[in-house]
Amino acid sequence: MASFLFHLGQYIMLMWRVFSKPEKMSIYRKRLFDEMVSLGLASLGIIMVISLFMGAVITIQTAANIDSAFIPSYTIGFTTRQSTILEFSPTIMALILAGKVGSNIASEIGLMRVTEQIDALEIMGVNSSAFLILPKIIASVIINPFLVIISMFVSIGGGYLIAMFTDIVSVADYVYGIQLDFRPYHVVYALSKAAVFAFIFTSVPAYQGYFAAGGALEVGKASTRGVVQSSIIILIANYFITQLFLI
Amino acid sequence: MIEVVGLNKSFGENHVLKDISAVFETGKTSLIIGASGSGKSTLARCLVGLIAPETGKMLYDGRDFLELNNKEKKALRKEIGFLFQGSALFDFMTVEENVRFPLDILTDLSKKEKQIRVDEVLERVELPTAHKLFPSELSGGMKKRVGIARAISPHPKYLFCDEPNSGLDPQTSIVIDNLIHDITIEYNITTLVISHDMNSVMEIGEYILFIHKGEKWWEGDNKKILQTDNEELLSFVNASGFLSNKKAGS
Repeated sequence: MASFLFHLGQYIMLMWRVFSKPEKMSIYRKRLFDEMVSLGLASLGIIMVISLFMGAVITIQTAANIDSAFIPSYTIGFTTRQSTILEFSPTIMALILAGKVGSNIASEIGLMRVTEQIDALEIMGVNSSAFLILPKIIASVIINPFLVIISMFVSIGGGYLIAMFTDIVSVADYVYGIQLDFRPYHVVYALSKAAVFAFIFTSVPAYQGYFAAGGALEVGKASTRGVVQSSIIILIANYFITQLFLI
Repeated sequence: MIEVVGLNKSFGENHVLKDISAVFETGKTSLIIGASGSGKSTLARCLVGLIAPETGKMLYDGRDFLELNNKEKKALRKEIGFLFQGSALFDFMTVEENVRFPLDILTDLSKKEKQIRVDEVLERVELPTAHKLFPSELSGGMKKRVGIARAISPHPKYLFCDEPNSGLDPQTSIVIDNLIHDITIEYNITTLVISHDMNSVMEIGEYILFIHKGEKWWEGDNKKILQTDNEELLSFVNASGFLSNKKAGS
């Protein structure tokens, strides 16, 4: 418990420094664009592949579990859309990015710590935590909702391909299902989650990397801790946000 | 000039620096020497504000670092250049960007003025064509040169070099030592070199502070060091193999 409170306090203090006034905005602007590319665009490929198969599998599984003749087949399209928008695109993508982006952030910052690059920044009078972490957090919080939107379209498109190339549901029924009872509020909810999760999967691994000490082994451990902790916190946050927004 | 008065630092029960006092003069290359774990790197880290000492004074041309407020400390840090043991170049930046970085952060120079300064210091460390290379593409000696270029690019008043020869072959070590020494005279700065390399001591040590188990054990220059009767210092010199190498060479 004492250790948990110590790390929570240290994390809050780090975030306080991260969001303090930057030295020179021009330096941060360039880093922000670099981070948007490295954290966002570099993840686009994996997001699209996973989303495509995710949508296809949701469609097949929903169809496979509907036995009753009283349940119309457009339910398959409806379920695919709802599952994708409400849960799979924002949450599963966040967990995947926690692995991909989170381990990258923790190891990058951890390596900078053990090779004294962070000390070099501090000696120059640079707020190293803000310089290294703030652009990553802002870039992720901005770019992740866009990744989630792309994921939603690709995932629903994956289901559409199943409807087109198999006979488990007709294309007409699938398209009718994905349009049925659409509530824009659900997209707002999903994108809000995406922004919160992006903050978690960048700031938690960044914290682990920033306080890494020792050598390569410790950086590896910090990276693992960053991924595991951010994944757990994302799942807990998912529960509370859902409770808050949907009930 | 940097003046250290009665500096003390402990890590828990371990008293790492014990009442250290010394004067490092402007325009001279001063060396802090001692065995591994003697406290010399801790002293350098205290001096640049990476570690806070418990007691003592660190006077930078009369300004006590420990008495300054945050704004004044930040201003003083702009006058300090630091060459790290592993060079600590930023991996995600090219050589040019690494050297320009302190100028971007610390100065209001125009883009053109910064470029002139970058070209000038890279020329000075004899790397006039390395601008677009990344640190991963450089040899150990080149990294040290870029580290020196980055440290001197904002024209600091004080230059700290932590083990500048570690991991370098003897020939490259001499080149780096001479480069540091020449820059000290050219820019008229106060240079402190942390080292346990006796070749460096004899080559550039205009003032030498020997630290043993966290205490100041001896001070002098490279002419006096071999005449010393200080047992701990003699043992350090002998352990370095410097005298036996010298005999074998002569």
